[in-house]
Amino acid sequence: MSKETRERVRAIIAEQAVLEPSDVSEDQTLDDLGIDSMGLVEAIFAIEEEFDIQVPFNANEPEKSDFDISSVAAVMAAVERLVKEQKG
Amino acid sequence: MRRVVITGAGTINPLGHSVDATLEAFREGRCGIGPLDIRDVDRLAIRIGGQVREYDADARFNRQQQALYDRFTQFTLIAAEEAIRQSGLTFSGELAAEAGVVLGTSGGGLNTQDENYRAVYEEGKNRVHPFIVPKLMNNAAASHVSMTHNLKGPSFTVATACASSNHAMGQAFWLVRSGAARAMITGGSESMLCFGGVKAWEGLRVMSRDACRPFSANRNGMVQGEGAGVFVFEEYEHAKKRGAEILAEIVGFSMSSDASDIVMPSQQGAARAIQGALRDARLSPDQVGYINAHGTGTAANDKTECAAVANVFGASADDVMISSTKSMHGHLIGGTGAVELLACIMALRDGVIAPTIGYEEPDPECALDVVPNEAREAKVDFTLSNAFAFGGLNAVLALGRAP
Repeated sequence: MSKETRERVRAIIAEQAVLEPSDVSEDQTLDDLGIDSMGLVEAIFAIEEEFDIQVPFNANEPEKSDFDISSVAAVMAAVERLVKEQKG
Repeated sequence: MRRVVITGAGTINPLGHSVDATLEAFREGRCGIGPLDIRDVDRLAIRIGGQVREYDADARFNRQQQALYDRFTQFTLIAAEEAIRQSGLTFSGELAAEAGVVLGTSGGGLNTQDENYRAVYEEGKNRVHPFIVPKLMNNAAASHVSMTHNLKGPSFTVATACASSNHAMGQAFWLVRSGAARAMITGGSESMLCFGGVKAWEGLRVMSRDACRPFSANRNGMVQGEGAGVFVFEEYEHAKKRGAEILAEIVGFSMSSDASDIVMPSQQGAARAIQGALRDARLSPDQVGYINAHGTGTAANDKTECAAVANVFGASADDVMISSTKSMHGHLIGGTGAVELLACIMALRDGVIAPTIGYEEPDPECALDVVPNEAREAKVDFTLSNAFAFGGLNAVLALGRAP
């Protein structure tokens, strides 16, 4: 389940970065992948649709939002947590 | 070139149903933002807004009128009535042919669209009212003002998102200045506070859930409002000859386009519009006492706007007062510049500077005198009013005291 969640998140991020999922590694940041603020908002929307969850994220204060976007791995972990909290 | 003055003002907005009520709220630093009272609000993540309260459409318009007037048109007609009454003008004969109406709106009849999409999609109805198209169209408000007041000159609607009413008032200014019109009814209106309207804005993730705190370090986004502001712009000699009371003079206007990003603001684009308005008005920065900021309360706008002002004003940036009244009435999108122009008139005519309320923490990236939380008395000779829209379209007006 967990591995599957992570791969689905990787696919969403890869699509925003216009890359193959295999070219997206977990230690990369969204900046590294060339995802700007609009790409991020689109990725969050895709995550919400894919997992049927609410992602708490305000573009005005990303650091205060309860959703860590500092790396691909961080986003994966955050989505896992939200899925567990909201669907568990 | 002819001089252009303001001889009438009208408004309905979250702070009040008239100019007097609005200016009183500005002076008191009162907030008109509160819990949204709209259908399906429980399905929204953002549940606050600047709604026009205690509004009874039935008391203002009969059933036939309401079949044709979306809420944004109703607000426009109410504000136009107040402005034209104050000006003392009646439009007939030659003057009617030389007077028109240019108004800004972004969403037009969005409530009408929302209600009728709901009817056909959600409720499965196969029929809508015959007047939906003339009710929802963006130029409905301008057309009804023209019909109600017999304005037969140049008339149209301007849609540049959050800068719509500044662009509209700029066009009206040019029409009178050039001699193409003797008087223009101008300003803007917006009413997007319906389920679909707010839901769309939620998607951008730039909305605050609790308050609009422009320039404050802890600001966390914009809050949407609704309402209208309408003015009578009149050729100065015409106004003087008939002994009209003049509220202020429009002395300059400038527009620019960022040509860069569909949502992120540009310091250079904003600075070029501010610089252009000063040049058009033949003003140097040290002559400007007050700037009504675009000041949306988003992280991006406020720091970009402050940087643009600091850049254009140089050493004078420390002396100019700059406030955002969106902290009180919210962001009226296509109508916002019109309601905000009232703060410029108040500064010039009454010597009172409207505050930026909700200001809690200084932000080093917004290190200007933002008139925090309390109105201030000051003698001001010239003011600017900024509007910077999504799409990178900027419009800045310069005003001076009544001649």
